[in-house]
Amino acid sequence: MPAYVLGRLLALLPVLFGLSLIVFLIMALIPGDPAQAILGSYATPENVARINRDLGLDRSLPVQYLTWLGNVVTGDLGRSYSLNRPVLDEVLERFSATLILAGAALVLASVLGLLAGIVSAVYQYGLADKLVTFAVLIGISLPSFWLGLLLILLFAVRWRLLPVSGMYAIYGGGGLVDLLWHLILPATTLAVVAAGVIARLTRSAMLEVLRQDFVRTARAKGVSERGVVFRHALKAAMVTVIPVIGIQAGFVLGGAVYIETVFQWPGIGRMLVDAIGTRDILLVQGGVLVVAASYVLFNLLADVVQRLLDPRIAA
Amino acid sequence: MTVIRSALASLFLAGLLVLPALRPADAQIPADVLVVGQIAEPASMDPAVSTATNDFRILVNLYEGLVRYKPGTLEVEPALAESWTISEDGRVYEFKLRQAVTFHDGTPFDAEAVKFNFERMLDENHPAAGTGPFPLAFFFSAIEKVEVVDPQTVRFTLTEAFAPFLSNLAYPTGLIVSPSAVTEQGQDYARNPVGTGPFRFVEWVGSQQVTIERNPDYWGEPAKLQTVVFRPIADANTRAAEMLAGGIDVMVEVPPDALGQFSGGDFQVHEQAGPHLWFLILNTREGPLQDKRVRQAVNYAIDKQVIADNILQGTAVPAKGPIAPAFEWAYDDTIEGYPHDPDKAKALLAEAGAEGARLTFYVAESGSGMLDPVAIGTAIQADLAKVGLEVEIQTYEWNTYLANVNAGLGDKADMAEMAWMTNDPDTLPYLTLRTDALPENGGFNSGYYSNPELDRILDEARRESEQDKRGELYRQAQRIIVEDAPWAFIAHWQQNAVTTGTVQGFALQPSFFLLLDDVSKQ
Repeated sequence: MPAYVLGRLLALLPVLFGLSLIVFLIMALIPGDPAQAILGSYATPENVARINRDLGLDRSLPVQYLTWLGNVVTGDLGRSYSLNRPVLDEVLERFSATLILAGAALVLASVLGLLAGIVSAVYQYGLADKLVTFAVLIGISLPSFWLGLLLILLFAVRWRLLPVSGMYAIYGGGGLVDLLWHLILPATTLAVVAAGVIARLTRSAMLEVLRQDFVRTARAKGVSERGVVFRHALKAAMVTVIPVIGIQAGFVLGGAVYIETVFQWPGIGRMLVDAIGTRDILLVQGGVLVVAASYVLFNLLADVVQRLLDPRIAA
Repeated sequence: MTVIRSALASLFLAGLLVLPALRPADAQIPADVLVVGQIAEPASMDPAVSTATNDFRILVNLYEGLVRYKPGTLEVEPALAESWTISEDGRVYEFKLRQAVTFHDGTPFDAEAVKFNFERMLDENHPAAGTGPFPLAFFFSAIEKVEVVDPQTVRFTLTEAFAPFLSNLAYPTGLIVSPSAVTEQGQDYARNPVGTGPFRFVEWVGSQQVTIERNPDYWGEPAKLQTVVFRPIADANTRAAEMLAGGIDVMVEVPPDALGQFSGGDFQVHEQAGPHLWFLILNTREGPLQDKRVRQAVNYAIDKQVIADNILQGTAVPAKGPIAPAFEWAYDDTIEGYPHDPDKAKALLAEAGAEGARLTFYVAESGSGMLDPVAIGTAIQADLAKVGLEVEIQTYEWNTYLANVNAGLGDKADMAEMAWMTNDPDTLPYLTLRTDALPENGGFNSGYYSNPELDRILDEARRESEQDKRGELYRQAQRIIVEDAPWAFIAHWQQNAVTTGTVQGFALQPSFFLLLDDVSKQ
């Protein structure tokens, strides 16, 4: 297992290298440049040239890329001109906010999805199954930014139960309770689609397992129904479900872009969108590197858990 | 399966019960704290680095310049300078500085500090030049040298007479920073500002809030509020929801569609016309718009009132010419402009033999000051179709758009949308309508308009330091530009804001700055 994990981690390096090259080229190829974004209406060729020189953007593309790469190796991701601070500081701050949001959403989606999937599998074709299937269909189909706005209107504006936006209260805020309080709406919104996908998959995995011989044997032995479902069937079904949760982690990270905008969550998704708009190439590069690395790590984690659950895969 | 059922039921119940119990103590905003909902996180708190109105709204409360705009106008009055003299030839400006003013870090404000500020922006070899880039330093490119006459007197010598100098000093690029703070902090100064203003900086929490508080040592009337918090809320719907839910006290740039929610009730809507112009650049070098009559026809054909009332829902007023009425002293209110008159447009087109001409129209997808560019573009297309002009719209993302338009319309496009917000009537025509400002000369004259008479008037106005005489020259310029119609004049944006009923003394400024020292909460 350690060798496997190490191998996968080493494979991460070429992925990140390739990715940074592609992102760099895309940013270089799209029209408009940082100087244009800074100067707006005042972007005369003369002013643009001066800003480009100040930002080091008048050098050739390969030189710019290699300089960046050289700095990255030493842990220096450069300085964001659009936020006037080191890229690393900004990226870490924003990424931790996204991790909190995406992590909460993923936990919520897994719990809800698994429960809903188990219920609808156990009561296949019953009323509970139909209700869950319907709810899942709705959940998967709702555009999340719209759902987010609707939840804000109901829970924050109409009923004033929850805060509209932000991560902490600006006054008398801070602390875990305040954070959880601000997390409820965005995490729920973000969890809805993933919960639906996980519920669907859990349902079909459970149905398949529940029909198998070892389940009938367990029942014949007199194992309680609760034991059959949770100890025997669910454990077997999880082997199929876990990797999907890993993949959902990626979708949740991606979906966070919309949710972070609607709820003004200070996460990395919104940071990347803003950075692309202002052509802040160093910030885009740094952000993409961190997001990509974490995505690969999530999937690795899911694979490792799957191997632990099912020794056949490792063999 | 009662187990699962009861597990689910208890989970649901627990949720219902625990949530309200967990709710933090009611986080009411105290009465001496004002929360402002901004459209974005600021890019920098260094006035020499900032270029965005969004940043300026904070900066003008932290810093002061030598001069400032008199509240409610675009006329210059003393600030950190008590008085000044201008030499006969308009090249030497000598400022007497206010005494006993200190920066928030305790260091004194004096002539040395002023010299430091301008040399930092203009001299590449200045020890603090590395705190740049300074994108708008060209506002002061006319400065030849800055001299300290004595600690309370500073003298600027310009390379040539440059009348907009004073209003450029009143612009945020001319706000004065603490030299010792810049020297100590280096590049980190952009996030740790130190000025002389009525408020001083407390903290900047990345993408969440910027907090400032009353400066107890302020030389003038102290600010009424103890604390102001600026919150970036990028999504306009979310910003409106925060306002409705009581999360913010002031909301700037309310989208036209959301204004209705705030009329009446406990909210107050503020509107203020500013030095903004939304126009179409018309290609005077290539295609059908080379003919002045066709350009005038385009102006007559567009129903500006409908655009202002229906698309922008009253957040703009129709434009009659190139200079905004907010520049009261330079605006010619006798100009009729081009009232909506499709018949006259058709007659002009027939006269020019341009009936049924096809036009390519660059439209931006969004952009600073562009309001609702796609909807306006479509309305213009429909208006022009009514007089028989066939318009093809091409849309671009804002940065791409600027790159395309600033390079000149060439043979690629006949019309392009554009919007400018300026601080002096000189800026817009000087940078965009002179022969010397053609794209090949590095200017913004993307429609290639050229009129030697206008060039002469604009040059003269720049050298004239007496405001009345300058105003008369700009009135002449307006008449020429309206007659030649190098642009289609569409609208002047009225900036708006909403405040809660508790906010007192709030007023928007024509400069689009957000001055908060007189604001209080009941």
